[in-house]
Amino acid sequence: MPKDQNLGEYLRLQGVSRRGFLKFCSATASLMALPPSAVAQVAEALATARRPSVIWLSFQECTGCTESLTRSHAPTVESLIFDAISLDYHHTLQAAAGHGAEAAREAAQEENKGEYILVVDGSIPVGNPAYSTIAGISNLDMLKNAAQDCFAIVAVGTCAAFGGLPNANPNPTGAVSVSEIIKDKPIINVSGCPPIPAVITGVLAHFLTFGSIPELDSLGRPAAFFGQNIHDRCYRRPFYERGQFAATFDDEGARKGWCLYKLGCKGPTTYNACATVKWNQGTGFPIQAGHGCIGCSEPNFWDKGGFYSPISAGMWGTREQLLGAAAVGAALGVGSAIAARRRQKKAQETVL
Amino acid sequence: MTLLDFALGPGLKWSLLIMIAGLTWRVVGVFLGRWRRDLSRPRSEAVVQGGLRTIITRSAPARELEKNIRFQHITGYIWHIGFFATVLLFEPHIAFFESVLGFAWPGLPSHLALVVAAITLAVLVMLTLRRMIHPVMRMITSTDDYVSLIIIISAMVTGIMASTHMFPRYETILAVHILNVELLFIWIPFSKLGHLFFWLLSRYRIGSYFERKGVKA
Ligand code: SF4
Ligand code: SF4
Repeated sequence: MPKDQNLGEYLRLQGVSRRGFLKFCSATASLMALPPSAVAQVAEALATARRPSVIWLSFQECTGCTESLTRSHAPTVESLIFDAISLDYHHTLQAAAGHGAEAAREAAQEENKGEYILVVDGSIPVGNPAYSTIAGISNLDMLKNAAQDCFAIVAVGTCAAFGGLPNANPNPTGAVSVSEIIKDKPIINVSGCPPIPAVITGVLAHFLTFGSIPELDSLGRPAAFFGQNIHDRCYRRPFYERGQFAATFDDEGARKGWCLYKLGCKGPTTYNACATVKWNQGTGFPIQAGHGCIGCSEPNFWDKGGFYSPISAGMWGTREQLLGAAAVGAALGVGSAIAARRRQKKAQETVL
Repeated sequence: MTLLDFALGPGLKWSLLIMIAGLTWRVVGVFLGRWRRDLSRPRSEAVVQGGLRTIITRSAPARELEKNIRFQHITGYIWHIGFFATVLLFEPHIAFFESVLGFAWPGLPSHLALVVAAITLAVLVMLTLRRMIHPVMRMITSTDDYVSLIIIISAMVTGIMASTHMFPRYETILAVHILNVELLFIWIPFSKLGHLFFWLLSRYRIGSYFERKGVKA
């Protein structure tokens, strides 16, 4: 798509009808929790939007986030919107590599100074920067350099947003999130492992429509998408209320679609749009497929005591520790009994 | 570390350890302390039966007193049964016990457990108010009782709020509820709430003692 073409023209050329486009706009508006009256505004703004320059940096990551966004079964309006942005640099998707690619990134940064959106996926190793370098440049240096002149940063995926899997105990690479390094730019955390594609495009659509960053929650995530609790929106909730739980993945309860709380579902403590926006073009989401939510959009979800242990189980230690506590108590008991006996004896002696 | 991580991790672990150490301390201390030697001739040798009988007979008020304490008696039962039904039969609680004990048991539907909890809480609040108003009750109520009541009432309130999602952030109210229960764990061995574990022992002891003395009570 040529740079001066606007989004509306581009989508029309790709065969997206006006109807399909408006449908996308109203879905996006409702996703962003905007009133119906805003649909026209979204459509107008999106249709005439110029392609924003996007620089996408991939650090310590598994490419799942990029996969999530680009591997849709059939090209959706979301993916076309993604095509329509001027993706000036993306390690994984671009053909160029090495110093040539870096030169292109620097040129794009220079050309769009103060206006480009920096998308980051993956965490940044600060323990030993050598764990991840691109063209000899450490992730830390590249992030600092690219963040300097950007308009805002979108940290895509739980790794970029909160440190992610690389940050899991014992965190061998010293992995940290973007927000632990960059303090002077607006950062939008689009967490999830991976994030829902519609949420990524929703954030981009918000930029294109309003030219500003969306309202964020206390963890820096767009409130419109991450304000929803999975458990509150889960279609298995009635089973939870009735006390009907699957105890194993192949018991009668599992076959009947009962609640997965006892199999470790973290839905009650997880905020994400899975239960409403869903995955694979709205086909379903993990709980619908019979597996509990693992809380992938929450910080430290991998260090919370196991994906298959219920939330209320807790990490209470080991039986040996409990026995140890009983032994300590017994020793204290013996001690206080001896002290009491002495006291009593002394008292008796004084009486006599 | 979030508040919930703390509550489910170190908070849970240390409160359990303190509770267990405290309980064994009390039991061992009592058993190994000096017992007064009873030099009198026993009126009855059936001290074991006497002890066991008292465990049962003390579950109902003495006939002579029944009329006077019927209210206390009935509400006391409602509150205790309701409390244990909520603690032991609410499914997320069972999941907790299963993680510690290694086995589970059937529970109540969550909304039924909620109704039981609400009734229990209402009775407990009523009993607390009565304690504060009734002149005799007031005299026999100590700070120990009030602290216990505050901890239990707040544990029930936060539990109901968590299970009904009546607080904007579920994980926050859940963490507060769990921390509240951990405070209860720590408080149990050092307060009158120790009767949770010691009621059988103390009834047995009194019963066998009375039996030996020939007291029918
Ligand atoms: S499956 Fe998970 S999210 Fe759904 S009701 Fe059960 S605990 Fe809640
Ligand atoms: S259901 Fe839970 S674990 Fe699964 S994708 Fe959604 S937030 Fe992540």
